[in-house]
Amino acid sequence: MKHEEILHRCFRCGYCKLPSNYTDINCPAYQAFRFETYSPGGRMWLLRAWLNNEISNSRRFSEIMFSCATCGNCVEQCAFPNFKDLLLEAFAAGKEAFLDAGQVPAPVRDYLTKVQLHGNPYGKPGKKRPEWAADLDIPVYSDQDHLFFVDDVGAFDTRGQEIARSVAKMLQQAGISFGIGSGEEVSDGNDVHEMGETPLFEELAGKNIEAFNQKGVQKIITLSPHSLHAIKNYYPALGGNYQTAHYTQILAFSLGSLKFQSNGNNQRITFHDPCYLGRRNWDYQSPRMLLKALPDVHVLEMDRNQKNAFCCGGGGGNFFTDLLSAEADSPGRVRVREAAQTGAEILAVACPLCAGMLEDAVKVESLEGRLQVREITEIMAEYL
Amino acid sequence: MTEVIKRLKAIVGDRFVSAEPEERYLYSMDQGTMPPAEPDMVVMPGSTEEVSEIMRLANEYQVPVVPMGGGLVLSGLTRALKGGMILDMKRMNRITEVNPKSRYAVVEGGTSQGMLQAYLKKHHPELKHSMPDAPPIATLAGNVCIHGSGHLSVLGGFHSDMLTGMEVVLPTGEIVRTGSCSVSADWFGKAPLPDLSGLFMGWSGTTGIVTRLGIKLFPNYRHNDLLIFVTEDPRDMPDVIARLTSTQVAEDMTPWMTPKPEWARGFMHINIAYGAHSKEELTFKRNLLQISVKDYIDNKSGGFLPMPPPQKGRFMQLPSPDLARFADVRKGGGFEYVGAIMAIEHFPEAYQAGVRIAEKHDVSYSMGARIVGAGHAMMFFYAYAFNRADPEDMARAQHALEETNSAALDMGGIPWKAELPAQQKIIEKMAPETFALMNRIRHTLDPNHIMNPGNWERA
Repeated sequence: MKHEEILHRCFRCGYCKLPSNYTDINCPAYQAFRFETYSPGGRMWLLRAWLNNEISNSRRFSEIMFSCATCGNCVEQCAFPNFKDLLLEAFAAGKEAFLDAGQVPAPVRDYLTKVQLHGNPYGKPGKKRPEWAADLDIPVYSDQDHLFFVDDVGAFDTRGQEIARSVAKMLQQAGISFGIGSGEEVSDGNDVHEMGETPLFEELAGKNIEAFNQKGVQKIITLSPHSLHAIKNYYPALGGNYQTAHYTQILAFSLGSLKFQSNGNNQRITFHDPCYLGRRNWDYQSPRMLLKALPDVHVLEMDRNQKNAFCCGGGGGNFFTDLLSAEADSPGRVRVREAAQTGAEILAVACPLCAGMLEDAVKVESLEGRLQVREITEIMAEYL
Repeated sequence: MTEVIKRLKAIVGDRFVSAEPEERYLYSMDQGTMPPAEPDMVVMPGSTEEVSEIMRLANEYQVPVVPMGGGLVLSGLTRALKGGMILDMKRMNRITEVNPKSRYAVVEGGTSQGMLQAYLKKHHPELKHSMPDAPPIATLAGNVCIHGSGHLSVLGGFHSDMLTGMEVVLPTGEIVRTGSCSVSADWFGKAPLPDLSGLFMGWSGTTGIVTRLGIKLFPNYRHNDLLIFVTEDPRDMPDVIARLTSTQVAEDMTPWMTPKPEWARGFMHINIAYGAHSKEELTFKRNLLQISVKDYIDNKSGGFLPMPPPQKGRFMQLPSPDLARFADVRKGGGFEYVGAIMAIEHFPEAYQAGVRIAEKHDVSYSMGARIVGAGHAMMFFYAYAFNRADPEDMARAQHALEETNSAALDMGGIPWKAELPAQQKIIEKMAPETFALMNRIRHTLDPNHIMNPGNWERA
C-alpha cells in the first residue's frame, strides 16, 4: 500500500482530533462515532494491523475508512511535521486497497457505480448538465476568458442549481467574461479521488481535460471548492493545466465592479469555511472579503474558523454516501449549533455541498426560525 | 456476552457499544511497550446514571470493567487484562461549573485538558488550570487519578492535590461524592471531611469510576516569562532547585537533560516559568529568581541561558507538541517513560542512572523532572523512544524501562502510573500491612473483583 511506511510512525497523541485552540473535537468522523477507531490515528493503526494480518477487512472497517470526510484537520494539526502531509494520501491508499479487495460500504459502491456509468452520481445523462442555466443568458464556452465549471451538485441538485444560478448572475454583474460547458464534461472526480478510486478518477479527469482542451480553455472558475481542488491540484499530473480559481476568489478580485447599497437589515452573518477552499487550498480571506464589503453587515466568527473550521461532514463523498449519519453528534448538526451560538441569523456558505449538509442540519435541529443557511452571492444580491 | 451487549445497548444506545474486531483490536493496547490485552467490548456512556447502570450490569454478569480517559497513560493501565469491557469516558465531557471567586471548575469525567483550557480562555480569561505535559486530548479525571502533575505544580502540587471533590460510581454501581460537594452545593475542597477521594487516586481504576470532579483554578497572569538556568554538574541540582523554589514565585520548574541537540548534551537545564499582573511585578520576580542562584553565577558554575523570544515562546507553549514528537526520534511512533516520584536530593544519582541505562541498552533517551510544590518532591522521568515496527527496538526500550523502575525504587523513588511489572516491584517493597489494607479496601468496594482486574495484585 502506498505510504504504508508512515503508518507505524503515528503515536496516536490525538492532536489530529482537535483544532489548534482545543475548543472541541474537530475530526468529523471521530465527532460522529467517538470510538478511537474513527480517529485519524485509529485509522493509521488499523491499516497497519490489516497489512500485518492482525485484523481482517470487514464492513465496519470499510465504514471506518470511508467515513473520513477528508477535511484536512488531521493534516493541519498533526504534531509530526515529517509525515503529516501524507496522512490523507495514506487514507486514500487504504481506501484504494479496500476497493481492490471488494470491501466497500454499499453507499460507496452505489456512488461509484453511478459515476462510472453516467459521469455523475445522479444518474443523469450528460446532456442535461447545462440545464441549470436554461433560464439564464449564459453562453456556452467558446472564446470567453473563463469556463465556469459547475460540479455535479450544482448541475443536478435542485438547491445546487439555485446556487449555481446565483453565482453565475453575480459573475455577470461583476462583468466577468465566462461561458459554461455544453454537457460533454463529467464529474470533477474530486470525491472519487478521495475515495481512492484512482482509475475512475483518471477516466473522469481525462474526459474533462479532453473537453477543456478541445475548447481551448485556459482559465476556469469553479462553483465547488471540491472542483477547484481536483482541477488545480490533481489535473496537472494528467496533462490538464489551467488557471483555476473558486468563484469567491474571482469575485473578491472584482469587488471594485460591484456597487453595494445598504438594505437596512444590519444582518449578523457567520461564515462556514469550506474545507476544500480553506484548509485544503489555504484561502480563508476571499469569502470574508465579499461579506465584509457589504454595508451594515456584522461578520461574526465561530470559535472554530479558518484553519480550525469544523467540517460540515460532506467531504470525501459523504455528501452522497451519508456514512456520517444524521445523529445529534453528526458534524453538520454540531456545526449549525455552533453557528447559532454566535448570535448570527445567517450562516453563509461558499460550497453547494456545505449548503446541502447544513440546511438539512438546520431543519433537524429545528433552528429554521433562528438561522438561515445562505450562499454568499445570494446574500450579496440583496445589496446590489 | 451477547446478552450483556444487548443490555449495554439498551443503556447507552446502539451506537456507543461495540464488540467489533476493530474496536477490540485498537483498545487492546496503548502507545507504550506493554503487550496487547483485548477487551470483549468497548462502551461509551453519556451520563453518570448510565455508568451506574453499567456497573450494576457488570456485577450481575461478573464482567470486568476498565475505565479509560484519554488512553494516553503509556504504561498499559487501560488494557483489559482479564477481558470484559473498556469504558471510554470521553463522551462525558461537559464543563458543568466554573466558580471564579473560589477558583474551581467542575467537569465531567471525560473532559479533556484542552477543552477546559479553551473554555477558560474564552469565558474566564483571568483563570487557568494546571496543564500536564500530555497532549490536550488527555482527560482531567485520568490525570488526577494517576497523581499527575503539570505547569502549576510548583504552585499547587500534584494534580491530585488540586482536586476539590469527586462524583464517583462505585464498582457496585452506587453514586457517591467526596469532598465538600457531598455536604454542600459548592465544590470548594476536600476539607474538613475525611478524605475519601484517596480511595480513587493512584489505584489505576480498580476502585471506581470518576464521573465528575472539581479542580482548582489559578490566576492567569497577563505577563508571563521563562528563565532557563543551566549547570553542568548534576550534584548542584538539589541545591539550585531548593534556592529557586525558596523564592516562591515560580509556577513551574522543569529540569531537562537530553543528548540532542548537540548544544544541550551534558548540561542540566531548568525551565522556570513565572507570571505577574504587571511588568514591574514580573521584573521583581525575575530578580528574586536570579538572585537566589547568584552564587552559582558568580563562581561560573551556572548561569541563565539567553533566549530569543520565538524560542522562549516555544518553551512556553502549553501543552507542547514537541513532547509527542519525541515518538518520532526513531522514526517509529513510540516512546514510554518511567516517571519516578522521589525526593529532590536524589537528582544526581537519578540522572547518572538514566545515562548509564540508556547507554547500556542503546536507546534514544530524554530525561527531565517536574518539581512539585516548593521543592517537596519531583517526578523524575526517563523517556525512551522506540520504533514500533522493530520488535527488537521495542524490547530494548522495555528492558531499559524495567531496569529504570528498579533503579528508581533502589534510590527511594516510586514509579509513577506503574505498568504491571513495576506494580509488582512496588508491591515487593511496600510494607505488607499497607498492601493488605489496600486489598481489604478493594474487596469492600469491589466484592466481585471486576474493576480493572490484574492491576495491583501480587503475581
